[in-house]
Amino acid sequence: MTAEVLEAPSASAATAAPPHAWRAPWRDFAKNRGAVAGLVFIAAIVALAVLADVVTPHSPILTNNAAFLRPPAWEDGGTWTFPLGTDAIGRDILSRLIYGARLSLAIGIAVVIVAVIVGVGLGLVAGYAGGVTDIVTMRAMDILLTLPSLLLAIVIVAILGPGLSNAMIAVAVVILPHYVRLTRAAVIAEKGRDYVTAARISGAGRIRLMLSEILPNCAAPLIVQASLGVSTAILDAAALGFLGLGAQPPSPEWGTMLADAREFVLRAWWVVTLPGVMILMTVLAFNLVGDGLRDALDPKLKR
Amino acid sequence: MVAVLTRAEHRCGKPRLRVAFRVMLRFVLIRLGLVIPTLVGITLMAFFLIRLVPGDPIETMAGERGIDPARHELLRHEYGFDRPLLVQYGVYMGRLLHGDLGRSISTSEGVATEFATLFPATVELALAAILFALAIGLPAGIVAAVRRNTILDQGVMGVSLAGYSMPIFWWGLLLILLFSVKLGITPVSGRIAVQYYVEPVTGFLLIDTLLSDERGAFASALLHLVLPAVVLGTVPLAVIARMTRSAMLEVLGEDYIRTARAKGMSPLRVVGLHALRNALIPVITVIGLQVGVLFTGAILTETIFSWPGIGKWLIEAIGRRDYPVLQGGILLIGIVVMAVNLAVDLTYGVVNPRIRHTR
Repeated sequence: MTAEVLEAPSASAATAAPPHAWRAPWRDFAKNRGAVAGLVFIAAIVALAVLADVVTPHSPILTNNAAFLRPPAWEDGGTWTFPLGTDAIGRDILSRLIYGARLSLAIGIAVVIVAVIVGVGLGLVAGYAGGVTDIVTMRAMDILLTLPSLLLAIVIVAILGPGLSNAMIAVAVVILPHYVRLTRAAVIAEKGRDYVTAARISGAGRIRLMLSEILPNCAAPLIVQASLGVSTAILDAAALGFLGLGAQPPSPEWGTMLADAREFVLRAWWVVTLPGVMILMTVLAFNLVGDGLRDALDPKLKR
Repeated sequence: MVAVLTRAEHRCGKPRLRVAFRVMLRFVLIRLGLVIPTLVGITLMAFFLIRLVPGDPIETMAGERGIDPARHELLRHEYGFDRPLLVQYGVYMGRLLHGDLGRSISTSEGVATEFATLFPATVELALAAILFALAIGLPAGIVAAVRRNTILDQGVMGVSLAGYSMPIFWWGLLLILLFSVKLGITPVSGRIAVQYYVEPVTGFLLIDTLLSDERGAFASALLHLVLPAVVLGTVPLAVIARMTRSAMLEVLGEDYIRTARAKGMSPLRVVGLHALRNALIPVITVIGLQVGVLFTGAILTETIFSWPGIGKWLIEAIGRRDYPVLQGGILLIGIVVMAVNLAVDLTYGVVNPRIRHTR
């Protein structure tokens, strides 16, 4: 309500415009070359994933028994029909990689969204309620953190059964404690501040206090953690796929592709190398963006 | 926030020995008290693991072969599935406290025994990996901090971020492709060449081969260890390099470093003696906390290199639906990780009085 009144004079004098909340962080972010490169790479991968139906030369699951283990086009015996070669049952690797991008991005983003929603919810409640609720929640998170992440994911998959969606649930549970801890710590730090007291005195309810007063002020570390979380999620889901516990063949998930390719490591380097390059590049890109965001949004954590 | 301890604080804040001992004891007890609920939680998780699997546990374990009703009933009774859940948990806990973790379904061997046989292989691999990570990560981090914002710094940080993002199951395959297939230097899998028989004394092959009189066994064991150790050490290496750099940067900005420099001390002494000693505290903590990461990595590394350790054992147990092995494995690994974290915590408390005085 007062915001409009305050902004009115500054609008007339353009040079004195108050800095927008996101402008300074964005400028910091744009100065970080690595982070921008990561963002560009992610944008490219997202575009490819969205347009997969249009840009791929072949179907990702169509086998071609005239072209087993064909090398990439620039090698002896390769053709431009299969620019990056084919796998052991004649599927086009380029097409599989592009469809794999769709899967990996979807996994990474969906997992983080679920983990953030559940984690922030638990963290808000634990931090705000305190007492037994807090203790029980945080002890449970400690247990999840004690077990090695992949082992925990394997246990969950062992319970639910192998498959892509179960692997995603497993990875979401594995990264959950980070969001709970972050949110809880931020809530406890913010809870006693004057603006929260002021809001409470003016009659804001508990839910309103948590969601629209406290939460926005914990956003920065959460955004950073979420962007780093995408890379963890992609990596862990690929690891589960590699172990045969994640996406099942013939799904073109990158980790699953690597598992299929393992036995051809001696004969066909391309079936082994390329999916891994995609995983590495994508994970690296998200880590670069995460680092950039942290430096820009959270100067306290600057390395 | 990691507090860094300086020499000056050491001197003035020193309480009398008895008081110090009491403070220390209180600190240890509080930390131990925090561990117990987590431990109970892990037993609950291991206990419910088999009961949460949809369907009847006996049928699940029997797999696709099926099982005849009479034997099914017998097994149900034998495993205690026909009793109330609380009683089952009580029985389970009672057995645990007597060190009975159940028997593997596929080998009928005691789970604890199997774990004890395979554990040294994983520990040997993990120690080699950490040594590799330290040998490269520490110097790289120090150099990056001292030559801050140069190409060298950016190079080290870039490589370490790539290492941190590495899908190690792929990294292992790449190294096999290069060193084993193309160059033929290292073996593809296993712990030692088949022609050697080494009496297991410690379970650590590098030591056992030295104790035995088999010629060439040590070299073979070492060659088998190199690639897996590099693969498993990659992520910790990246973490250690980054952590060392930032800890060094923090310390290098302190007043006592400026004093040391002003006294005319050589840069090597300043960095090596004054800065590194204080920067090492957070780095050591980070190494301690890498145990979980190491286990995660060990599962993948052992699968790739057919390394006969805990990780491979667990993955195979999943494939065979060997639930007692999974249950016991989770519990034992949880205990190991907690013990290491506790040890790190306590050492940290001993080294840094500020930690034990808070709370």
